[in-house]
Amino acid sequence: MNKEGNTYTLLYASILVTLVAVGLAFTAEVLHPQQSKNEAIDKMQQILAAVNVPANQSTAEALYQQTIVSTFFVDNEEQHPVFEALVGGQKKYILALRGTGLWGPIWGYLALNDDKNTVFGASFGHAGETPGLGAEIALPPFAARFAGKKIFNAEAKFTSIAIVKPGKSVPNKDYVDGISGGTITSRGVDAMLYASLEVYVPFLNSEADEK
Amino acid sequence: MKNKELFLNPFSKNNPITVQMLGICSALAVTSKLEPALVMGISVTVVVALSNVIISLLRNTIPTRIRIIVQLVVVAAVVTVVNEILKAYAYDVSKQLSVFIGLIITNCIVMGRLEVFALANKPLPSLIDGLGNGLSYAIILLVTGFVRELLGSGSLLGYQVVPNKLYEWGYENNGLMILPPMALIVVACIIWLQKARQK
Repeated sequence: MNKEGNTYTLLYASILVTLVAVGLAFTAEVLHPQQSKNEAIDKMQQILAAVNVPANQSTAEALYQQTIVSTFFVDNEEQHPVFEALVGGQKKYILALRGTGLWGPIWGYLALNDDKNTVFGASFGHAGETPGLGAEIALPPFAARFAGKKIFNAEAKFTSIAIVKPGKSVPNKDYVDGISGGTITSRGVDAMLYASLEVYVPFLNSEADEK
Repeated sequence: MKNKELFLNPFSKNNPITVQMLGICSALAVTSKLEPALVMGISVTVVVALSNVIISLLRNTIPTRIRIIVQLVVVAAVVTVVNEILKAYAYDVSKQLSVFIGLIITNCIVMGRLEVFALANKPLPSLIDGLGNGLSYAIILLVTGFVRELLGSGSLLGYQVVPNKLYEWGYENNGLMILPPMALIVVACIIWLQKARQK
């Protein structure tokens, strides 16, 4: 067969593409269970990280069962969960956050003490922020900056927590330093905190013992 | 060319980054810390070596007119498989590198080696050529990542190496080092050193 002819070229392309497609589909199918398991465990690790319970891949599931005592939603669409956790005998509320960073989605979990105001801990994740810059939000040093901050100000008004350029400050609300070189991601975290926490305000304003 | 020469050439007079100016974009993007630079270097090496071998095996069957498309399909497939395997067995690494793994497809070094070398050579030399080019790319990434993380964050691989004492005396991390322009300048310095030495 003429190697430079149209028939050969078309045939070659079709066969190559089909083979590659089958190969990729097969790989994806085989690896899928392991990947979803990783994702589920990763989510548990992130939730646990928000209440400062360090977990690795093998201990995450057991620790999650131990720590998280109940899960419920504050809205009808079941988009905004609250995880109730018991850490050292104290009740913590873990709220889910979702927003956008520079390249794609970012998310996080914010744990509040049972006053439903003071931050106990936080953890953040992202789909594709720049490694070494925006991606730093997923590392413990950034999350640790939130501990002790309050999401309501002194007049009991919901203010969220602002992310500011290191060295700057804002009046009348709590703030933490953003990531140097990750300005757009930091702004994304700021917007995510405000937008996601706002949904929880009715729940946060309710009495501690009614759900 | 002898195999040893094939392997060592990219490290000096034919370095993909400092001489051929390929793969600069990813060199800028992942070198603000040492760890992503390391993983990126390894991933690119694996991808170049593997796709070099595959293209070399297919080289006598590929129609000339669609050879670039064939190369792209092979590279894209290899990268996707690497990404899927990382997701399944090295989830943390895959989470950290996220978009950059996919972007290996667009790394000029990969296509460059396929077009220049693998299409005209046997599988074994192609494998060696791929490894040589991948590793020499990795070395430049590591040097850049080392300088940028050390001066920009005072740490290496995430561990603090600049003693606290120094900070108390007024030393400060150079924030500019974390930003992309400094990668360009660090790479330029490496090129400068190399050119000056070779003259």
